[in-house]
Amino acid sequence: MAKKIALLQGNEACAQGALYAGCNFFGGYPITPSTEVAEVMAGELPKVGGKFIQMEDEIGAMASVIGAALAGSKALTATSGPGASLKQELIGYACIAEVPCVIVNVMRGGPSTGMPTGPGQSDVMQARWGTHGDHAAIALCPSSCQEIFSETVRAFNLAEKYRMPVQVLFDEIVGHMRERIEFPEPGELEVINRAKPSVTPEQYKPYDTSFGNVPPLAAYGSEYRFHVTGLNKAEDGFPTTKASLVDAEERRQIFKVECDEARADVESNEEYLTEDAEVIIFAYGSTSRSARYAVNELRSQGVKAGLFRPITLWPFPEKRVAQLGEQAKGMVVAEMNLGQMVFEVERIVKNTCKLGRVNRVDGEPINPTEIMNQVKEVL
Amino acid sequence: MAQRYEIRFSGAGGQGLITAGIILAEAASIIEGRHAVQSQSYGPEARGGASKSEVIIGDGPIDYPKATIVDACLAMTQEAADKYANGIKSGGLLLVDSDFVKNPPQGDYKIYDIPIMRTAKVEVGREIVANVIALGAMIAMTDIVKRESGEQAVLAKVPEAFKDLNKKAYNLGFEKAKEILGK
Amino acid sequence: MAYDYEKSIRPGKLPHIWCPGCGHGIVMKGLIRAIDSCGLQKNETAIVSGIGCASRLPGYMDFNTLHTAHGRAAAFATGIKMARPDMKVICCGGDGDGAAIGGNHFIHACRRNIDMTYVLMNNFIYGMTGGQFSSSTPTGDKASTTPYGNPDPAFDLAKLAIGAGATFVARTTAFHATQIDKLIAEGIKHKGMAIIEVLDDCPTTYGRRNKFRSVVDMMKRLKDIAVPVTAAAKMTPEQLEGKILTGVLHKEDRPEYCEQYAKVIERAQGV
Repeated sequence: MAKKIALLQGNEACAQGALYAGCNFFGGYPITPSTEVAEVMAGELPKVGGKFIQMEDEIGAMASVIGAALAGSKALTATSGPGASLKQELIGYACIAEVPCVIVNVMRGGPSTGMPTGPGQSDVMQARWGTHGDHAAIALCPSSCQEIFSETVRAFNLAEKYRMPVQVLFDEIVGHMRERIEFPEPGELEVINRAKPSVTPEQYKPYDTSFGNVPPLAAYGSEYRFHVTGLNKAEDGFPTTKASLVDAEERRQIFKVECDEARADVESNEEYLTEDAEVIIFAYGSTSRSARYAVNELRSQGVKAGLFRPITLWPFPEKRVAQLGEQAKGMVVAEMNLGQMVFEVERIVKNTCKLGRVNRVDGEPINPTEIMNQVKEVL
Repeated sequence: MAQRYEIRFSGAGGQGLITAGIILAEAASIIEGRHAVQSQSYGPEARGGASKSEVIIGDGPIDYPKATIVDACLAMTQEAADKYANGIKSGGLLLVDSDFVKNPPQGDYKIYDIPIMRTAKVEVGREIVANVIALGAMIAMTDIVKRESGEQAVLAKVPEAFKDLNKKAYNLGFEKAKEILGK
Repeated sequence: MAYDYEKSIRPGKLPHIWCPGCGHGIVMKGLIRAIDSCGLQKNETAIVSGIGCASRLPGYMDFNTLHTAHGRAAAFATGIKMARPDMKVICCGGDGDGAAIGGNHFIHACRRNIDMTYVLMNNFIYGMTGGQFSSSTPTGDKASTTPYGNPDPAFDLAKLAIGAGATFVARTTAFHATQIDKLIAEGIKHKGMAIIEVLDDCPTTYGRRNKFRSVVDMMKRLKDIAVPVTAAAKMTPEQLEGKILTGVLHKEDRPEYCEQYAKVIERAQGV
């Protein structure tokens, strides 16, 4: 049978990806330019017996998502810059309490209300450091409608596998543009479900590290009964201020994502003509599409340009970026903000190559010409 | 590099130009199996203001999703013409609604005019189908998709009760454009 | 034989953090008796709180318990209840947590009439942070941030809940210990949002700043200001000056949120 195809907006593709992944709870609050995600979920979730709730504010939306996740749901919320700012405290809650959930952020400019209908990529650092305290972060950044579908599925998988909030960031351009989508058949993409505890209810501890860095999470309303808090806690879930326990727990929660094994699993990059590249364009989201156009133009002019596109923004692809920094004469970081990921690149490549940047925050996309001009600067 | 063809629809918010772009993208990518990307930009107004919808059509994957050099542009209002009828390539075309765009921006491209809103009101009896008339005209002028593909995409988009109305509007727009080109 | 509270308390989790003379323990015992009398099953019950002294209550209780962020109990609880409408969900917390920082979630949970029981322990102060005035501190009272007397008017939390749409609203005090469990039990049995406000005492941060020489004085005040709604009906406005009505203040039948959403599912599935 031919696959189902449709012309979908990025936001619609995101909702369809969530449904494919088995999302059965959405708690949200309307905000441009992410609202279509909520609209599709409001229509589709009840059809499959799932729950949709429009909460009184962004904070409530994030709270309902964590509550539903603890009751066993695969839960999603979608927002944009200002809403993501409001959600930050509870994203931190999901980090420390280790609650799987997915937060979609359709990025616009800022700060504050900024330009609600214009595109931006100014939340990439917010996605990493927005909530207070030390914590790991996973953030994925698709650049096409088809990839929004598959990366949303992957976000749910990573949330369940690593027991933490996972953010999907895409900019307004990809969120609102329409492209043909091929719907994967059931089973075609991997769907990971939450690991269940293997011990008896009497033995169960929600943060029992004898099961590894990611202890299994039971669900409220099952035969397991447990306590969850946003305080630093011991393996039984109850608050502790014992220095050694607090330290070990905080370190474990970062290590579970940043250890080599997890990085290899979580990181995902696309490279285009990087093999012999003398200049690397580092770009993500819709900007990477301009960069690819620029690479083709430059190659036709005889410039050995290549594209490095991180699909996983966090954890940052440190190893590969370091290698490319040694290989290339120059690297150009193009992003719709006034310089955010460029500092990560700078931290990693150090002085091994010349670094250039293209930045834009006027609500217009970065066009290929701007990138090409900057490439010529660093060569 | 894959060839790309860029079309821009512009007008007032609420005139259905975004829908026209979506239908064209569906005709190209779903019906004809080519590559298409549709995008738009709009102000805070749900009605009024100026809005634009762009469709990039190509035979290979489309990277940069916005217009670079516009092959064909539609402007339904003077405000839209002033704001969005730019970046049209040398030898390209601009189609305007003759009743609303009195001063089309001049350039090294052909300018055509059709009283699109009036046609919708007088000849079809419903202003709401002006976007479908415009779509028919743009397809006739550009040949970017087959006439039947456009019609099929229009009919797939509208409820049963409005199929005849939209079919009439689409073909009226197509014929009027062919007439002008033939002159 | 003495009532066995231990069966509902998590082994090893006592002593609690509350000060001597604090009324939260009285409320917790009332909640235990209410849950017991309603026959709620531990695995099928969730107790959710925010941040503050009162919000430490769930940690002592042997149920599914969730100690959330400041002010957010009702919103987390809404997620649990929507995901598992078959579970019993009880919220508890203080006045600052529930009605100031959490006021928006509180009124909207009332508006939705989602089936949960919210035990609001109103001790008129932010106790855990050391006695700052809350949205229910009486005008003129002293707190660490109102050294010259509180200029703010106070919320009437029960009226707020009624105005926002809660379909069961009751009030009592920490002095009226036996009424606490009766009202909570009635709230648990009620289908919809049930708010039980318990006027509480904080000798450490409120009492000592406001001329209460002892816990006994504070308890005496709670006893004196409380007037049952039934008795109030026969009293003059002059007699009711400075009094607070207790008992079931409001009860109505209105469609419950999860049941309404079940109908949404039916409509979406074309049943």
